[in-house]
Amino acid sequence: MVANTAPQHEAVLIRRILAGEPELFHELIRPYERLVYVTILTMVRNEAEAEDGAQETMISAFRHLNTFRGDARFSTWLVTIAMNEGRKRLRKVKVAAEDPLEVLAEKEGDFTPAVLTDWREIPLEALERKELRQKLREAVELLPEKYREVFVLRDIEGLNQEETAAALGMNVTLVKVRLHRARMMLQKYLVPYLKSEVPGRGGFFRRWFE
Amino acid sequence: MKLDCKHVWEHISGYLDQQLDPALLNAVQRHLETCEVCSAILDSTRNILVLTADDRTYELPVGYSERLHAKLESVIAQSRD
Repeated sequence: MVANTAPQHEAVLIRRILAGEPELFHELIRPYERLVYVTILTMVRNEAEAEDGAQETMISAFRHLNTFRGDARFSTWLVTIAMNEGRKRLRKVKVAAEDPLEVLAEKEGDFTPAVLTDWREIPLEALERKELRQKLREAVELLPEKYREVFVLRDIEGLNQEETAAALGMNVTLVKVRLHRARMMLQKYLVPYLKSEVPGRGGFFRRWFE
Repeated sequence: MKLDCKHVWEHISGYLDQQLDPALLNAVQRHLETCEVCSAILDSTRNILVLTADDRTYELPVGYSERLHAKLESVIAQSRD
């Protein structure tokens, strides 16, 4: 998640960088290293490519810092650059195969989440499982772009609705709608994996909770 | 206000983000109290979000930050010339 860096502090840093202290750029971008990397990673699905893209994004931000307008958040501006960088690289890599989750996405308005009534039987240790993280990353990659971009900014990187809307050039209502669809698609995709591979610890807990 | 399951599903995101208006929130909460299906869906969605926000889900490559700043160092040095 993105650190909550005070915009005033950033504004001061930016002014000083532009006024002849470029080394302060290191400090300016430190809270956003992760944001930029993950944004590109979820687009290009390749770690080396994402790291390259993150470097290019930061270099580009440094070179164009004088075009940054104070009326937007710096994080928002950075995300916009990162997404452009990601798209550029995507065109090069050309990801094959149709998105399976697209099928779910097409059925607007007629969506049924997956039911897992025994979720409570899967306590915290399930969330500690590595495979589950892997499955989640896969599922995010499978989301159609218009849903994925909203999910990545809101739920992975913790931007708020307004920042997300600004970064994607859309209104807040659309952010909400797409975020909801994205979450429901992920829920549906992931429930079978949540359910499996957890041996019968559940019974013990159930006795206490029922 | 009485909601059926389908309507509750539409508001799961709003519920998790605490964005429902009081009347709707109340109706959703009352439904969740008695509906095991919907509360399971809510819980699983919430847990997916917990997992999503966990830094270990998307790990940065080892040395990523060092390489990034080294690269910037050279770009910044060039900019002074």
